[in-house]
This record gives sequence, C-alpha cells and structure tokens, in this order.
Amino acid sequence: MLSRTADNLFWLSRYVERADYFARVLEATSRLAALPAAYSAPGNEWVGALATAGCYDAFMKEYDKPTAESVIQFLAFSDKNPFSIRQCLETARFNARAVRTALTVEMWETINGAWLELQRMDKSTLAPARLTRFTEWVKDVSLRFDGSGYRTMLRNDAYWFSRLGIFIERADNTARILDVKYHILLPETSAVGGGLDYSQWAAILRSVNALTAYHWVYRESLRPWLIADLLILNRELPRSLASCYREIVDGLDNLAGAYGRQGRGQRLARALHNSLDSGTIEKVFQTGLHEFVTHFISDNQRIGAAISEQYLI
Amino acid sequence: MRIRIKHRTAYAYDEPVYSITELLRMTPRDHDGQRVRRWRIDLDQDGRLVETEDAFGNMVHVLSLHRPLDSLAITVEGEVETDDTVGVISGAVERFPPGLYLRETALTRPDAAIKEFAADVIGDDKGLEGLHALLMAVKREVKFENGPTDASTTAAQAFKGRIGVCQDLSHVFIAAARSRGIPTRYVGGYLLREDGMVQQTAGHAWTEAHVPALGWVGFDPANGISPTAAHVRVAMGLDYLGAAPVRGSRSGGSEERLEVTVAVDHARGQQQN
Amino acid sequence: MVGPDGSIRAPYADVAKWLEAAPPDQLERLRIESELLYRRGGITFAVYGDAAGEERIIPFDIVPRMISTAEWARLELGLKQRVRALNMYLADIYGKQRVLKEKIVPEDLVWQNPAFRPEMAGVSVPHDIYVHIAGIDIVRIDADDYYVLEDNARTPSGVSYMLGGREISIRLMGDLYGAHRVAPVEDYPNELVSTLRSIAPKAAGDDPVVVLLTPGQFNSAYYEHSFLADKMGVELVEGRDLLVRDNFVYMRTTERPKRVDVIYRRIDDDFLDPLVFRPDSLLGVPGLFNAYAAKNVALANAVGTGAADDKAIYTYMPEIVKFFLGEEPILKNVPTWRCRNPNELSHVLAHLPELVVKEVHGSGGYGMLVGPAARAAEIERFRGLLKAHPENYIAQPTLALSACPSFVGSGVAPRHVDLRPFCLTGAKGVKIVPGGLTRVALKEGSLVVNSSQGGGTKDTWVVDV
Repeated sequence: MLSRTADNLFWLSRYVERADYFARVLEATSRLAALPAAYSAPGNEWVGALATAGCYDAFMKEYDKPTAESVIQFLAFSDKNPFSIRQCLETARFNARAVRTALTVEMWETINGAWLELQRMDKSTLAPARLTRFTEWVKDVSLRFDGSGYRTMLRNDAYWFSRLGIFIERADNTARILDVKYHILLPETSAVGGGLDYSQWAAILRSVNALTAYHWVYRESLRPWLIADLLILNRELPRSLASCYREIVDGLDNLAGAYGRQGRGQRLARALHNSLDSGTIEKVFQTGLHEFVTHFISDNQRIGAAISEQYLI
Repeated sequence: MRIRIKHRTAYAYDEPVYSITELLRMTPRDHDGQRVRRWRIDLDQDGRLVETEDAFGNMVHVLSLHRPLDSLAITVEGEVETDDTVGVISGAVERFPPGLYLRETALTRPDAAIKEFAADVIGDDKGLEGLHALLMAVKREVKFENGPTDASTTAAQAFKGRIGVCQDLSHVFIAAARSRGIPTRYVGGYLLREDGMVQQTAGHAWTEAHVPALGWVGFDPANGISPTAAHVRVAMGLDYLGAAPVRGSRSGGSEERLEVTVAVDHARGQQQN
Repeated sequence: MVGPDGSIRAPYADVAKWLEAAPPDQLERLRIESELLYRRGGITFAVYGDAAGEERIIPFDIVPRMISTAEWARLELGLKQRVRALNMYLADIYGKQRVLKEKIVPEDLVWQNPAFRPEMAGVSVPHDIYVHIAGIDIVRIDADDYYVLEDNARTPSGVSYMLGGREISIRLMGDLYGAHRVAPVEDYPNELVSTLRSIAPKAAGDDPVVVLLTPGQFNSAYYEHSFLADKMGVELVEGRDLLVRDNFVYMRTTERPKRVDVIYRRIDDDFLDPLVFRPDSLLGVPGLFNAYAAKNVALANAVGTGAADDKAIYTYMPEIVKFFLGEEPILKNVPTWRCRNPNELSHVLAHLPELVVKEVHGSGGYGMLVGPAARAAEIERFRGLLKAHPENYIAQPTLALSACPSFVGSGVAPRHVDLRPFCLTGAKGVKIVPGGLTRVALKEGSLVVNSSQGGGTKDTWVVDV
C-alpha cells in the first residue's frame, strides 16, 4: 500500500475522532455552565473547555474573553481554529477524497455526506440553544464513520492504519482531559467534596462517554481516584488509556504479521501497554497524577511519530 | 594552454534530509580548440552516479541518494588543454539545427524594453558586426555585480535593474539576439582569469550565436570579448537551466547551507598527480 | 436528429417516439435524479478562476446521442488513420525529421513550438508510440461528413463522463436502453490498462506495475483520475509518492520502495520533473525524465506530444496523413485560415463577424472568438489581437454543426454537439470503444461545448438500425 494512502487513512480517522471528542467537550461544558450559579465558578467552564481542547492561546488571539457564544463558535466553526470541529471534518474529508478508492462506499458516503451538510449549515453563529443538535450530529457522523469502517472494511493493512489513527487520537484525548483536570482528581480535593466537585467529575466522565460506565464498573458514587482508575487503567472502558493501547498493540501486531517484519513502533507500543497493564492507581498517584499523564502524552506522541516514520513517509 | 580546474559544491543541512536527486552537467567534452586531458567527479557520500547524455549532447550525471544525510559535497577536478579559435566553435556535438535556438524560454523571454534595445543596437544586421555591437552594448548597459539577482532572475528583470552576474548578462544577450531572429544559446564553463585570481565563487557563463557562413561564435558579455583559450566550455543549452552545473531537489531538512569554491589555474607539472 | 429532408434519422426513430410518449415532468425528474447520482458519487470537476464553485458537476443531458453502427464503422477507420499519423509524425520530429527535410511542415512550427520538447529528441519510446491515449474531437456537418475539430494528444480527459453517462443511462433509462442494442463502452478501463501494460519496459516481466500519476485533489479532473485508477486496479499516485533511485522509478509503500514500470500520467510535461522542466514544479518527480529516457520506465502519453496537437499543426494534418500513410484522410479537417500567412490574415480580418478565431496554443475554449455570436466590441478586440500577433491565431468558418434533441428545462430542443472518442494505441495497434463523450452546448445557439464554458454531456449510443 502507498505510504501516503496509509497516512491519509490514519489522519482521516484521527480527525473524525477529534471532531467527536470536541463535540463531547462542548456538550459537557454546556451542562456545567447550565448549573445554578451556587454550584459553579461563573465563566470558568468555557475557559476549561478551551484548555481541554488545547486551544486557549489560539482563542485569545481572536477574542477578548471566553463567553459561551465565542467559545462555541471557536470550537465548532471557526476557520481561525485549525482544530475546530468544522476544520476537523474538512480535513477528514480532504484525506478521504485522497484515498477514496481505499475506503468502502459506506465510509466515503458518510464523510462526504457530512461535508456536504456542513457546507449548507449557517456557520456564522451557533446559538447555545442549537448546540445540542449540532453536537449530536457530529457524534452521529463519527459513529456512522467508525461503524461503517468496522462493518465493511477488509481486515487488511488499510483497516489497521485507520484503527491506529482512532486509538492514538483517542488515547491523546483521554490523556489531555486528565492533564487539564488532574487537580480536581487529586486526593486532597476529595475532602472538599460538594456539589461543584461532583459536577466537575461528572463532566470529565461525560467528555469521554463514561458516566454510565462508571456506575456499572464501581457501583458507588463518584470518587476522584476511581475516575482516574477508570480512565487510565480500566481494561473494559473503550476510552481508557489501557484499552486504547491494547488496540494499538493489536493493530501494530497485525501490520507486523502482514508485512513480515516489525520495528520501533511495535516495541515502543508494547512497552507502554505492558506498563499500563501491570500498573495500579496507587502507583500512579505515588508518581503524581500530573507527571504520569504528561509522561504518557509524550510517549503517545513518540509512538505516533514512530508509526509515521516506519510506514507513512 | 593547459588549464587545471577544481570545483567543489558542498551542502550542509540543519536537519537531515532523507532524499536528494541531482543532475550534474559538470563534465566538459572535446571540440576543436578544447581537449579534456583528465576529469573526475568525486562524492563524499556513498552513491552511484549514472552517466547519460542529454538531447543537446551535454554529459549528464544523475545522483540519487535516499537515506538521511546531513551533508554532501561534490568535487570535480581535472585538466583541459585549449587553443584560441577566435571564438568560433566547431567540432562540438551538435544535435539540433540553428533554428531550434530561436525558442523563447521563461528566463530569456524578451520584454518590450529588450526588443527595443535589440532593434536599436542590432537593427537588421544578423552578422558579426551586429553581434559585436550587442556584446558591447550589453556590457555597457548591464553592470556586472553580485547580489541583486539570483538563479531565477529573468533577462527582462536583469535588464530592467541594469545589474547582474554573467548568467544575467548572457540571458539579456540571448533574449536580445533571438528577438532579432539570431539563433543564440547559453554556455556554462570556467574562465582562467587574466588578473591571476585563481579562487572564484562560481563558474562562468557566456553565449554562442549562429552566424551564417561562420557557424557558432562565442560571445562573453560579462567581459565584452569572444571566448579565448582561457575559456573552458562545459555545457550548453537554451538558457541557464539547460546548462546549470547542478539542478537538484531534496526532501526533508530545513535550512541548507551551500558553499561553492572554484579554482581555475594554469596546470603546472608539479601540481599534477 | 432530423435529416435534410425533414424526416427523423433512422437511429433516432425510437428516441423520438420515447420523447413523444414521455410525460412532461418525467424528463425533469430524470434530470434531477441523474444530477443526484453525480453529486452523491462526488463526480465533480473544478472550474479554474471560479472561487465560489470549488466543486461542480457537469450538466448531464439524459437524452442520448445516437450513432448508427455503419456511421461508426467509417468514423472508426478515420480515427485509426488519424491516430496512426499523429504517432508517426511525433516519431519523425523527435527522430529523423523527414517531414521537415521534405518541407511538409515549416521548420519553425516544430523548433519554436512551445509544446515541442527538445529534451525528447533522440529518445526512443516503446514501439514508437507517443500518443497512447488520444481524444479526437469530431463534429458532424451532414449525413456523410465528419470533421476533426481538434486533436487532443496530451492528457485528454472526459472518459469518466463517458462511463458515468452510460451508468446513468442503464440505471435511469432502462426502458429505452433495453429497446436498443447499444454497443458497450464499459470495457474501456480494461482496454486502457492492457494498452498501458503493453508498453512496459522488457525488464518488467509479465506483470508490470502500472500507476496513474495525478497532480492531486485540486486538479479539475481529479475525480476522473481516482475513478480510472480504481477501475483499472492500479495505484493513484502523486509526485511525492514516487522516487527515482539509480535511474529507476519506485513508489513509497508501507513496506518498501516498489518498482514502477508504467506511468499513466495526468500531469502536463512542464510539471513532470523539476530537474528537467519547470524548476518550481512541486507536482513532479525529480529524476523521472532521465529514468524515462533510459527506458527504465514508460510514460503514457509520451513527453512532448503537444507538438502534434496544437492548432497550427492541425492545419497540416491532411498533408501529414498523406505523407506518412500514403492515403487520403478519411476524416476531413475544418477549412482553416492560418493567420501567420499575410494573405490569409487579410481574408480573416475582412470576414471576422462570420468566423471562429482560435488561439494556436490555447485550449479549453478560453480566448476564442465566435464571430456570429460576438458583440462588435469583442470583434474589434480580436482584430487588434490578430494584427499584433497573427501567428498566434487561426480562423475557421462557423460550421452548421449537427444538433441533437436535448432537454433544456423548458422542454426538448435541438442543441449543438460534438463527439470525443477515446483512441487507445498500444503494442497491438489502435483500439477505440464504440462511442465516446458527446459534449453539448446547452446555451441556445451556442457552439461552444467546453464544460468550462457552460457545456454539458450526453451518453453516446452506437446502435444497429
């Protein structure tokens, strides 16, 4: 397979996954913002959303201060933000168009259909009231894209590259949320407790589609170290770092099998997966949650770069 | 005259490049008044040079390296024996009739100013006199100076700025002569300088125009003379691009530092090895 | 559709009945459905200089254009003859140049032709074939006469519209289609790939690797590139996917560099190789030309084929056919005045309002004057251009182009059409799928069928009558 084709497939998946993540961040934030003032620190939610999306600085270049309207606009539609949901879908479609023939009809029609619909949308404003409809639409696009890939693609290298894209991106997203919110998950915070913390914790879980899952797994009310445990080490939660890495190792093993050779990408990914698999949340907190997450993000990036060097250029 | 040449082109890259492809037109051939006594191309990296000949009869070496590199140096070195032919080029490889050398190229397209200049200077004299008049006029009008122009400067731009290096003066000469219907071409090579300056920063360039009854005759606008035994002719084409010593392309790497040194000297017994 | 005596021409008999019987809203419904099929499939093209419509579809007219098998047989002979002559001409100007020595074609039309590539002189190409894919634009004037309007010997496009149109005919016009025995065109991608394989270097063995080289997504014909690559089962590559090592071409794959033997390139000569042609090209492959000249890779079409298809050479085609084949041309040339010739120029200047004036090196319908349809100011502008640079122009009479029934919103009306058959030339000779791309000038009275100028397409049915 052409390296560029593999590269386009990898990034196509990453951008769809990223759009999905930003839609969830917007949703969770708007729920936080809707809480009675007594429970919230006013205005901060939207700053938090920008930080979680990793684009606070880019935002401040364009706007004076974060308001609901301006942050929603920036994350959803702005062409000044290279990672707005709109730009993510544009880039995804650009990548899809370059590798049309490597996609199944279902995948192409999902991404091209979404792009066509995006062209028709009024992108000048997105009133907070219309936000839910928009984020539901974005999640639906990613669900259909992901699902049609899962259901229709041949299990060959094209499939594994597109899967790798999803999970490298997803691991990055989960880690970034932890990176931004780690302070409210630290043990000393739990003593404070209270309604504000609860809704912040719930927002984290919503951003990664894991609020219901939490209750099924732990069967108790929200505890910060359990949230960290769920997002980092739990093997059942599809967005946990451990789950993502099981999938990444699996994808890389399949490529190594198909090509009859393996390289740095396989070695690095396996090492990271082993450390997650044998880790405990106590150890994580001993190292320091923040240090652990920072470390993970750079490891994940290094593995992305190794995959790229090995296969994509 | 026996002339010794050493020409080194060295690249250094801030970040490693992962792919380099270059075409080298750095190998002179024999013709009346020029005999290549010895000549070699050296690379400081392992790699193969594929030798070919282009449609104009120039010797071309293709270099392709596809692995991370942080530097590359190409050194050509050799000796050529020359005689003065009062500028007339005969016995050289000729693949095309003179009519081909009336083609316009992007670098030599005459603008209104060049056409007017050519009409004034040459008029309808397609012979030696007209060309000599043009030679002197280009030298007079366009000041020889390093700096404002580069490899992509066109004849029209150089003429407008009234400044340039031997490449630009040659392009102006070519554009003007062709606009009067005189077949003209670009020549790249080396010059043994009269002032004894051995170390130079680049090779030399001049032109050849086709004169009925005489054939191809050289004109060196940077010096206002026809080529002598001090000129070593390496490659010829429609413009600089057809005769450039190196045309290259690379991927990867951010900044490139290029260092070119050219030494042209009388060959003396004790320097030979 | 209608013959000189006013009767319906035989191939159109059933179409005429069908049109008569069709309820008025049915045609509009079919038009909308066909547009949806195009849009959903992403069958789009980009219009240069149009910022608003980045991706558009070419209007498709559902009423098919009919050609009888007998008419086609004659056309096919003429096309094969023409394509053979084009190839022999190119082999000659890049080789022995007999055509110049015998003064069939003036020297300056070769040596100073911008599309002539001096770099190709003396380069031998497989089987002496230069134009593997030719699109010959043809118009019918009356029952017997076909004229060649233009030879496209560089990177002719439009074949995906031929195939797409057929797909729509089958899906939407099943009843009418089923009532005819329409000669198939669906085999074109297979014919194309076997043509390409037939020119592979010997060293490639029995299973040569063919790729399609595209300038990329922003090219107006990108859809066609990806469509053809897919149908042929070959990789669609961009310049950056290829590399040249020791004069052989490879593509970068997820495993290791893989040798490439034949490149169907849809990139213009200028951009193919920055080390030989335009140095600022980012679309090409450094070193490609030298690998090609060393016969380590084959290119289709060859480099420098444009030297055979510009409008100045066109006027010499009848002489070229006779010179190389010793035969009378089967397809006629439209009578053409060469404005480079002072006598002919003065005739053209005296009759501008009646003539079509074209740029010698232009294409795509830009920069042409259609005298009868032009305003006085436009005619005067061209008069100035002609006087300043007569050598850049030719002029032709406005032809009574045949018209086909076309659905134009208000109903069915005659519109002018031309035909671009696609002629494939490989080691085993010339192959032409029956039919081609019919282009239709949808504006009333217009003679310009180019898609960039508001033209549309039709399916072309070669049928037994």
